[in-house]
Amino acid sequence: MAMLEVKNLEVYYGMIQAIKGISFEVNQGEVIALIGANGAGKTTILHTVSGLMNSKAGSIIFEGKDITKVPGHKIVSLGMAHVPEGRRVFSELSVYENLKLGAFTREDKQEIQDTLQMVYKRFPRLEERKKQTAGTLSGGEQQMLAMGRALMSHPKIILMDEPSMGLSPLYVSEIFNIIKEISSSGTTVLLVEQNAKKALGIANRAYVLETGKIVLEGNAEELLKDDSVKKAYLGE
Amino acid sequence: MENFIEILITGLRSGSIYALIALGYTMVYGIAKMINFAHGDIIMIGAYALYVFIELLHMPVVPAVICTIAVCAVLGICIEKVAYKPLRKATPLAVLITAIGVSYFLQSAVLLIFGGTPISFASIIDSKALSLKIGSITLSGITIVTLAVTTISMIALTLFIQKTKTGRAMRAVSEDKGAAELMGINVNRTISITFAIGSALAAIAGILYICQFQSLKPTLGALPGIKAFVAAVLGGIGSIPGAMLGGILLGVIESVSKNVSGELADAIVFGVLVVVLLVKPSGLLGKNKTEKV
Repeated sequence: MAMLEVKNLEVYYGMIQAIKGISFEVNQGEVIALIGANGAGKTTILHTVSGLMNSKAGSIIFEGKDITKVPGHKIVSLGMAHVPEGRRVFSELSVYENLKLGAFTREDKQEIQDTLQMVYKRFPRLEERKKQTAGTLSGGEQQMLAMGRALMSHPKIILMDEPSMGLSPLYVSEIFNIIKEISSSGTTVLLVEQNAKKALGIANRAYVLETGKIVLEGNAEELLKDDSVKKAYLGE
Repeated sequence: MENFIEILITGLRSGSIYALIALGYTMVYGIAKMINFAHGDIIMIGAYALYVFIELLHMPVVPAVICTIAVCAVLGICIEKVAYKPLRKATPLAVLITAIGVSYFLQSAVLLIFGGTPISFASIIDSKALSLKIGSITLSGITIVTLAVTTISMIALTLFIQKTKTGRAMRAVSEDKGAAELMGINVNRTISITFAIGSALAAIAGILYICQFQSLKPTLGALPGIKAFVAAVLGGIGSIPGAMLGGILLGVIESVSKNVSGELADAIVFGVLVVVLLVKPSGLLGKNKTEKV
């Protein structure tokens, strides 16, 4: 059984249908990429999965449990963390406070402390800047903070929305290396990216979205060689 | 010189009450992005509640004060749930009009129950017994109690917001509700807590206010309410230290200008507001934030 199963999902913004019946699944340990152009519905899917938006039809099953109607604030304690598009760190709070908020639903102080050390180890720059307000960090550092904050909940699966957006090429490579690391440490990853080449480079499988529908799916390696994908998303 | 110090102390006294009320405005604005124009009437409800507990139910002072604060906190939560929560996604104008409606509703309800004739109500603070003489300056008991209570309340609030998990959640919600929800923070509950705290502070302000003026009428919250709103804007709406600073500044300016000219006092107070906002539109400690897309 898949870890996360989305079936026939339909989402509307008012009268406009943004997601037109989408099904996909994520297995434990996989890195799954959702790729597609602006407005294809990638972010909407992630928001619906993590409960920030409601679906009109379809179901979302996480570890055998139907979470379609579970409100957003109850999702994270089930083991699903979401790194939102545009990072959305709490800019007026310190780096440390942002990380502590990532562990908001956890009770055990010792475990939280252990995770914090693990996050600091993975992102040494966050430890150096733990007292700074998050708004003073650079874009790449904010992306690391958003990822660290998500890791603080000790998730089984992590949803990442455009982690490379607006970053310098150097940071982009670093961020993708970190995603690989997160994956190899056992966390499942559902990745939404416009940078299709990089996303397919680290993903096991991928789904290609066009205006609210999945038009193509398959192994990431095969998609990298696919002519239509090459033309539309890889600029070749 | 002594005269000036006395004017200053009078200003500090009323200013610290304004500050307590302004905190309610600013916290609610910070988290719900709305001006709760019914906030002044919570002060009035607090004053009446204290009257009911002390004069009608003959409760001792301490339990009466605690019950008054509890009544206002619960009322604040109820107002938010009934009147504002359904409008969370409505236009700001609809919310504003609703808040004004709630304000009139509370005043009318109290008018129906207690009538429009002012009710005199003896202060629960024995002002003479607690008074303090330093040199040639006399501090009345009400001044001492007001300054002590407001200082403690403001320190407690600051510690709560800065140091506790709930306080951190409140700051997170005020910055980004969606991201806060992703952290597992129950946004609705956090907003309720904010209304409860703001209303509890208004209750404390109402108690201190009524001890000073000793007369109850359904509109008694309007003037301190609007002045505290001015104080919150002056300090920078949404900023907690701003509300404290704005309140105290407003009280002192008011006290000084009353001494210059009784008739012009309010004109001077609001004149200062106009000047400050011309120079710094976001208020003294407000941040110049551009709306995020």
